[in-house]
Amino acid sequence: MSLARLARLIRAAGRIAEPPPPRPDPDDGLSPLPAERTAALRGSVQVRHVDAGSCNGCEIEIAAAFGPVYDVERYGARLVASPRHADVVLVTGVVTQNMAGPLRMTVAATPEPRLVIALGDCARSCGALRGGYGVLGPVSDVVPVDLEVPGCPPEPEAIVEALRRVTGR
Amino acid sequence: MSDVLAQVVTLLVLLLQVAVMVALAPVVAGVTRQVRARVEGRAGAGVLQPWRDLRKLLAKRPVHATGTSWVTRAAPLLLVCSSLLVAALVPLVAADPLSLVPDDLFVVISVLLLGTVALALLGLDAGSAFGGMGSSRHMMISALVEPTVLMAVYALSIPVGSSTLSLIVTDRRDDPASIASPAGVLAVVALVVVVLAETGRLPVDNPATHLELTMVHEAMVLETSARDLAWVELGSWLRLTVLLGLVGNLVVPWGIATEPTLASVPLGVLAVVAKITVLAAVLGVAEVAMAKLRLFRVPELLAGSFLLAFLAVTASYLVA
Amino acid sequence: MTLVAGGLLAQLVLAALAVVLAVSVPARRRALVAGTACATLAAAGAVTGALALGGGEGELRLTGALPLAPLVLAPDRLGGLFLLLAGTVGVLACLYAIGYVHGPAGSRSQWAALAVFLLGMQLVPSAGDVVAFLLAWELMAAASTVLVLADQARNPAAREAALWYAVMTHLSLVAILAGFAVLVGQTGGTGYGVLANTDPASGAAGVAFVLLVVGFGAKAGLVPLHVWLPRAHPEAPSHASALMSAVMVKMGVYGMLVVGLRLLPGGPTWWAVLLIALGAGSALYGILQASVASDVKRLLAYSTSENVGLMVLALGVALLLRGYDVPGPASTALIACLLLVVSHAAFKTTLFLGAGAILHATGERDLDRLGGLVHAMPWTAAAFGVAALGAAALPVTGGFAAEWALLQSLIAGVRPGDRVVAVAVPVALAVIALTAGLALLTFVKAYGIAFLARPRSEGAALAHEVPVTMRVATLAGAVLVVAVGVVPGPIATVLARAVGIAGARPVGLGGLELGGVGAVLDPVALSVLGLLVSAPVLVLAAVLARRRPRVTDVDGWGCGQIRTSPRMQYTATSYAEPLMRIFDDALQPTRDVEVTHVGESRYMAASVQYRQRVDDVVEVRAYAPLVAGANRLADRARGVQNGSIHRYLGFAFAALVLVLVVVAL
Repeated sequence: MSLARLARLIRAAGRIAEPPPPRPDPDDGLSPLPAERTAALRGSVQVRHVDAGSCNGCEIEIAAAFGPVYDVERYGARLVASPRHADVVLVTGVVTQNMAGPLRMTVAATPEPRLVIALGDCARSCGALRGGYGVLGPVSDVVPVDLEVPGCPPEPEAIVEALRRVTGR
Repeated sequence: MSDVLAQVVTLLVLLLQVAVMVALAPVVAGVTRQVRARVEGRAGAGVLQPWRDLRKLLAKRPVHATGTSWVTRAAPLLLVCSSLLVAALVPLVAADPLSLVPDDLFVVISVLLLGTVALALLGLDAGSAFGGMGSSRHMMISALVEPTVLMAVYALSIPVGSSTLSLIVTDRRDDPASIASPAGVLAVVALVVVVLAETGRLPVDNPATHLELTMVHEAMVLETSARDLAWVELGSWLRLTVLLGLVGNLVVPWGIATEPTLASVPLGVLAVVAKITVLAAVLGVAEVAMAKLRLFRVPELLAGSFLLAFLAVTASYLVA
Repeated sequence: MTLVAGGLLAQLVLAALAVVLAVSVPARRRALVAGTACATLAAAGAVTGALALGGGEGELRLTGALPLAPLVLAPDRLGGLFLLLAGTVGVLACLYAIGYVHGPAGSRSQWAALAVFLLGMQLVPSAGDVVAFLLAWELMAAASTVLVLADQARNPAAREAALWYAVMTHLSLVAILAGFAVLVGQTGGTGYGVLANTDPASGAAGVAFVLLVVGFGAKAGLVPLHVWLPRAHPEAPSHASALMSAVMVKMGVYGMLVVGLRLLPGGPTWWAVLLIALGAGSALYGILQASVASDVKRLLAYSTSENVGLMVLALGVALLLRGYDVPGPASTALIACLLLVVSHAAFKTTLFLGAGAILHATGERDLDRLGGLVHAMPWTAAAFGVAALGAAALPVTGGFAAEWALLQSLIAGVRPGDRVVAVAVPVALAVIALTAGLALLTFVKAYGIAFLARPRSEGAALAHEVPVTMRVATLAGAVLVVAVGVVPGPIATVLARAVGIAGARPVGLGGLELGGVGAVLDPVALSVLGLLVSAPVLVLAAVLARRRPRVTDVDGWGCGQIRTSPRMQYTATSYAEPLMRIFDDALQPTRDVEVTHVGESRYMAASVQYRQRVDDVVEVRAYAPLVAGANRLADRARGVQNGSIHRYLGFAFAALVLVLVVVAL
C-alpha cells in the first residue's frame, strides 16, 4: 500500500472510537475491590492476559475492547507481555490441568499490588465445560479472584467497564 | 569572582535544562502514542498517561528473582543517571557549557553508551533466554551504529573545526546556508537513523511489541518491575527526548540561548520544548507508516546510514 | 654513580639473586620467596623508571659483559616510562603469582624464567645502544618461551603454542637485527644518537624502516603477524599472560616509537600510511576475533592485538600530521598513543589476572561454561568489571581518556586540501568507531556471561574466592585503571614530556587540556555534574527502598515454564552469533552438522551434532600454505642428506674453496 493511499484511508476513516459511556460508580456495590490495592492503580493499569483453557471467544472480545471502536486504552489500561510489568492478570477460560501451574506462576510473578480478573462464564464457574476430564475448575479454585466479568463471551462494553472500575477513569 | 558567578549561573541553567527534559520526557512518549492513536482512529489515553504510568510503577513493590546480583538493583539507576547526565551535556536550552565540562561529542556518546551497557548487563543478569537475546541484539546494533555517529558528527564538525556540540549548533545558527548544504543535510539524515536505532524505535525495534522473538529493548527488561522499570522507562524516554532535541537544534538552531540572560533562557526553554514536541509528533506519524525490519536487515540500514555520513564528509571536503 | 645507574645495577643484582633463590629454595617456600624476590626486582625497575621519566640521567657501562662491545644501559625519558610500566605490572604479577602458582607452574625453571623475563623486559627500554637492546630482547623472548611451556606435560596445546611463539619471535628478531644492521651499515655506529644521523629519505632508511616495523610488529601482535598471540597467551600461566600482554607486546610498540621518533624522524609519507594501515587492520581484525571468541583468555589476547593496532594507528596519525606540518594535532595523537599504552597496561593486567582467578576458582576457561561468579567471587568480579569498563573505553577510566584524545587529534587534524590526509583521517575515524563499538560488545559479553546470571556448569557452581595475594593484585590493577581515568591531566603532561613535546596541561580537578587542539576533559568535574543531576533520583530511590522493600524469594519469569534451567541462558557463543552472521566473510567459521539416523530411515534422526569453529583466517589462509610450502622445500632438501660421508666431505671442501675465493677477492 502506498503512502498516499494510506493517508487517504486514514483521512476517510477519521475517528473510529465511539464516545465513552458514563463512568461506573465505585460505590454501586457491584465491584467490591479492596481500596488499598486499587488506590495505587488509579489512572494506569497494565494488563497481562492469561488463557487458562479458553475457546478463544473471550479473547476475540478482549481484542475488540482494546481495538479502535471501544478503545479501552483511553482509560489508562494497556496490554503488556510480561507479568512483571503488569498490575492486573486477566484470566479467561476454565483452568485446565496443565495450565494450573503456569497460572499460579504468572500471578506469583506479578508485583504487588495486583488484582486478578476472571473474565467470562468459564473463568467464573466453568460454564459449559464443567466436569470435563481436562478441567481442574474455575479460576477461583487456583488463584484468589478480585473481580468477575460475566458473559459467554462478555461484551466488550462489559470488559471496558470492568477495567474502568480498576483505573477509576 | 565574576568567572565563578558566571559558571554558577551556567550550572543553574543546566539544572533547569535537566528538569525541563525530565518533565518533558514522558510527555514525548505520550505525544508519540497519542498521535499514533489518533491516526489509527482511536481516542488515545492522553499525552500525560506515561506520567500516570510512572507514578503507579513507583508505588509498587519490585520483584527480584533468586540468583540475580547487584546489577539488577543498580543497572536501572545507572541508566537513568546516564540519561540525566546526557541531558545536562547536550546543548538544548542554552549553547553555553561549563568551562570544565564542555559538551564534547565523544563524551556525550560515551555517557550514552554507559547507559546502553547498563541495560545490556541488566538483560544478561535476568538469567533467561530472552534477556540474553535482547542484550545480544542491543549490543550488536550499538556496535554498528557507532561508526555512523562519529562520521556524522565529524561531517558536522568540519566547518567548525571542533566537535563541541555548542559550537556546532551556534555556527549553524549564524550561517544558515550550512544547514541546507549537502553535507549538512546528509549528516542530519544519518543522525536521524542513529537516533532511531539508539533509542529502539521503528524500523529498528518496535517498542509496543508483545512477541518476545521480535523484541530488542523490551526483552532486556522482561524481568524488571516497579520502580526499576520506572527508572528504565524514564531513562529511555529521556534519551529519546534529548536526542530529538539535539536533532531539532541542528536542523532549526534558532531560539537557543547563547548567554544566560533573563530573556534568553525562557525563550530557549520554549523553543526546545516546541521543537521536541513537533519532532515527537512527526515520529508518531512516521511510525504508523513503517514496519519493523527483520533483524538481519538492520545492519543494511545502518550501513546505508554510514554511507550517507561518509558522503557528508566527502561533500564537506569539496565545499571547504 | 647516579641514582638511575644505581637502580640499573640493583636490577641486575636482584635478578641474579632471584634466579639463585628460585633454584635453591625447596618447593614449599618457593612461591613466597621467589615471588617476593621477583617482586623486588620489578619494584627496583619501577623506581628506576620513575627516576628516568622524571629526567634523571644515568648510564651503566659493563665492559666485561659481552665479548666485542660493552653493555650500555642508559634509559631516556621514554625508556623510563616503559621501564616504569614494566616494573609496576611486574610487581602486580609477582604478587599474584605467589598465590596462584601450583603444580608445574611452580617449578624451579618457571620461577627462574620469570626472573629472567622480568629482567629482559626491564632492560629493553633501558638499553643505550642497539647491542644491549638486542641482547635484552632475546633474553625476554627466550624466558617467555620457557614460561609458555609451563604446563606442556599435561597440555599438548601448550607445546604447539610455544612452537609458534618461538618461531615468530625469532623471525621478529631476525627482522629487527636486519633492520638495525642496515642502519648501522649506513652510519657506522651502534648508539642511538649515531643511528639518528641516517637520512630518512634514502632507500636504505626505507628498507630498514620496513624491516623494523615487521620485526616490532610481530612482537607487538599486529595483524598479519599476530598468529602466535591467541595461541601463546592463553596457554601461559595467568601471571605470565598478564606480563606478556601488558608489557612484552608494549616493547614492540616501544621499538616503533624509538624508530619513528628517535632514529628515523621525518620520514616520507608512505611510512605513516603503512603504520596507519597496519594499525587499522589489526584493530578491526583483533576485536572481531575477540568478539566471537568464547575462551576468555583467547578473547583477551585478541583484544591486545586490537589495542596495539590502535596504538600503532595513533603513532601513524601523529607521524602523518607531523609530516603535513600540523604540530598541534600531531602532538595530540602522540599523547593519545602513550595514554593508550599506559591505560592498556593497566586494564589488560587486571583482566588477565582476573581470568586467572576464574581459572583457579572454577577450572574453566570457556565462557560458555561459566556464570554466576559474582556471588562467589565478588572482589574478582569488581576488579574485572572495572577493567572491562576500561577496555570498552567508558567513563571514568584510562581507556576513555586515551580514546578521547585520539579522536580529538583526528577531528582537529582535518586537511581537506591534502589528499592523503583527507582519506586517511575519515577512514581512521570509522575504524576507531567500529572498533570501539565491537569492544563494547566483547567486554559486556566477557563480564556478563562469566559473572552474571546463574552458573552454566559444575565448575562454575563450585567456585570460591581466590587467595589474598591474587585478590590484592587484581584490585590494585583495577585501582590503576580508574586512577589513569580520574587524573588524565598530570599523567598526560608527564607522557608529553617523555617524548619531548608540549601538548598537554592539567586543568581543573585533574583534568586534561590538549593545548594543540584546544580540547578539555575533566572526568572528575564530569562525575560531579553527573552526581549533581542524579541526586534527586538517587534520593527518591533510597526513600522508596525503605517504604516499598523488594520481594526476593521468587523464581525468574520463564513464561510460565515449570522447568527453567541455567542451560537455557544465553552463552558467549550465542551472544556473538548475530555478529558472526554479519561478519561471516571476514571470520569464515567452519560448521559441521552430523546427523545420526534411526536404523536405516532417512527421515528419523536419533541425534544431531552441530560443531562450529572460528579459526584465525590469517593463519588458515596465509600461514598454512606457507608452512606447507616450507615443509615441501624441507622434504626436497632432505634428499641432499643421504648419509654418504663422501658427499659430506665434498660439501665441506667446496665450502672451504668458496670462502678462500671470496676472501681473496
